[in-house]
Amino acid sequence: MNTIIVGTAVLAVCHLTGIFLGDVLGAAIGARSNVGGVGIAMLILVLLRLYMVKKGILQKRFEEGVNYWGAMYIPVVVAMAAQQNVVAALRGGHVALIAAIVTFTSAFCIISFINRMESKASIEKGLAAIKDKEH
Amino acid sequence: MLEMLKNVTLQNGLVFAFAFVGILMLMSQQLSRRLTFGRVHGSAIAILIGLGLAYWGGVATGGSRGLADVKIFAGVGLMGGAMFRDFAIVSTAFEVHAEEAARAGIIGATALFIGTVVPFIIGASIAYIFGYRDAISMTTIGAGAVTYIVGPVTGAAIGASSDLMALSITTGVVKAICVMVFTPAAAKFMRLKTPRAAMVFGGLAGTVSGVTAGLAATDRALVPYGALTATFHTGLGCLMCPSVCYLTVKAMMGG
Repeated sequence: MNTIIVGTAVLAVCHLTGIFLGDVLGAAIGARSNVGGVGIAMLILVLLRLYMVKKGILQKRFEEGVNYWGAMYIPVVVAMAAQQNVVAALRGGHVALIAAIVTFTSAFCIISFINRMESKASIEKGLAAIKDKEH
Repeated sequence: MLEMLKNVTLQNGLVFAFAFVGILMLMSQQLSRRLTFGRVHGSAIAILIGLGLAYWGGVATGGSRGLADVKIFAGVGLMGGAMFRDFAIVSTAFEVHAEEAARAGIIGATALFIGTVVPFIIGASIAYIFGYRDAISMTTIGAGAVTYIVGPVTGAAIGASSDLMALSITTGVVKAICVMVFTPAAAKFMRLKTPRAAMVFGGLAGTVSGVTAGLAATDRALVPYGALTATFHTGLGCLMCPSVCYLTVKAMMGG
């Protein structure tokens, strides 16, 4: 179990399982799309890690096999940015432009409002959690 | 000689993409340090350069996939495509502190709900103001304001014309790009520092590409939390827009 490929393989299995369940859920409720497959995959992985830590079977190389792809995350996002249809976005009709701008601006304001309600204790706990690399 | 070089990149597209993006990131980190003294993250600069390259690619080829339409950069299309994007996002789940995610569960879910309904209302209202007075148009554009996937999925479900679908997708894409670009600058305003804050952000901003790129450029540690809520966003939107939202608009506008 202490190999990088097994870590990557387990990540892949969680990914595929999550997407599959998302498709099933989508079909079951008639949503005509995948309903949060990636989210489900993430939840599976979170639970799996909890389980592995609890049983003491999470090993370094295995973790590396997963964390490598986490490290690749930002480069992948840069590649994703490079294939957005920016031309169409800039050329977009006024409706599209204005609807998009008003939407994201209001979202940011609502987010700001909600996040200001976070208690100081909660903030401290949250910041500590992020700083904690070994969990 | 040049032909041979070109062939190497054409036949090893993904590997070339790794090299290209890697060098881009190195350059961006240097720019971040020297031009902005670290105030603007290297990843933010890299994403902006990426968007710039996407614009160039779109102009050069007339295609819709930015840089990926330029043949030698086709590998970038694979590297940044849905599969790898989702795979990399899922892998960040390994960094999640489950207790933090659970603590923010309810507020995250609430944000998710608000983040679907409010953009829809805004999008549909603005469509109305611009003269789109029928239920299908208003709903399709409203759905586009949720995300650029919810838009066309909704449009297809309720029988929107391809013009409307394009408008819907454009709305979503502009929103995604705005979130990508402005999140780092607005992070302080949004109090984007804790996992809970990131989950609220993910639920309300919605667009997975926008949220994950925006967080990548703000604080990499927050990415999994934002992604956790944002990824359910598309599903909820695809569920509510063609059904509840459409029927409500239809009732109000009389079809």
